[in-house]
Amino acid sequence: MALHFELVTPSKLVRSEDVHMVVVPGAEGEFGVLEGHAPFMSTVRDGTVQVYKTEGAAPENIEVRGGFAEVGDKGLTVLAEHVED
Amino acid sequence: MASLKELKDRIKSVKSTQKITKAKQMVAAAKLRKAQAAAEAARPYAERLAGVMGSLASKVSGDSAPLLLRGTGSNQRHLLVVVNTDKGLCGGLNANIVKEAKKQARKLIAEGKDVTFYLVGKKGRAPIKRDYASKIEHHYDTSDMRNPDFEEAEKIADDLVARFEKGEFDIAHLVYPVFKSALAQDPTTVQLLPVPAPEDTPASDAAVEYEPDEEEILEDLLPRYIKTQLFGALLEREASEQGASMTAMDNATRNAGELIDKLTIQYNRSRQAAITTELIEIIAGAEAL
Repeated sequence: MALHFELVTPSKLVRSEDVHMVVVPGAEGEFGVLEGHAPFMSTVRDGTVQVYKTEGAAPENIEVRGGFAEVGDKGLTVLAEHVED
Repeated sequence: MASLKELKDRIKSVKSTQKITKAKQMVAAAKLRKAQAAAEAARPYAERLAGVMGSLASKVSGDSAPLLLRGTGSNQRHLLVVVNTDKGLCGGLNANIVKEAKKQARKLIAEGKDVTFYLVGKKGRAPIKRDYASKIEHHYDTSDMRNPDFEEAEKIADDLVARFEKGEFDIAHLVYPVFKSALAQDPTTVQLLPVPAPEDTPASDAAVEYEPDEEEILEDLLPRYIKTQLFGALLEREASEQGASMTAMDNATRNAGELIDKLTIQYNRSRQAAITTELIEIIAGAEAL
């Protein structure tokens, strides 16, 4: 099973895909989100979001600035003001 | 009756005007597509943010709510943030926005409130200055911005929030055009500050964990929400401008075509009249011999 991950900026929907795990740089420390995570909301500090496509795979790093993460029934949504590809 | 040369020059001038309007129409059509795509791409972010805002705002209420949500508690000084375009040649778009802004201003003044203006974009400056010269608080210049970008919206929002926190006004309204189609752009007024509490909050029964707590998240989120709203307004403005421009230039091109046809007929008639007169003169001369 996979986690649905969405990364959204004001100008576009950057990512919308099913992944294994995402590590988000929360304001109070990094946290990893797997499928079936409890509902959770956190602000995100400037840093790197690590996306693990499959278990054990090398992570894909995405730089985000000014953001916010929400974990709900539909998966993880990261709202970021800026994303550097 | 205009002389032949005058008519010919007139036709030439209308033709060159038509070339300009035609080119502007095609440019606007191309830009419109881009602007519409940009407006659509920005929608998911705005929707998510509004959703999160709604569920948070319903949880944090009363005195603990941040200033941006609670407001100053007074309802006396109103600020109208009017978003106009920077360029003309877009039909009645700017006139309509200004009309809406003045309508709101009149309504508020009639209720005994103080009204000031915060203008974004060049084209609203002159018409609003005419009626409310002393009430213009600030003019934000966006003319060197080619495409609406988030940083521009950020600067405007930061400025507005700073003014709000200094207590320069109690309530801010945002007046901007909403793009419906190339033919219709409706000027709309929404309350910007304090952030209006969402009416229908989806009842969330799930126990959501917050990090840091709700209030801090909300405090972080509110300025962001205002930025998003301003960014949305800038995108709508861009799409509206191009749409209105396309329609206006299409009309202008058609009118120029009609004028050219009319002038050409007139030109041919006078040419024929001149030839006829010349012939009569020659015949009369020959007969006199």
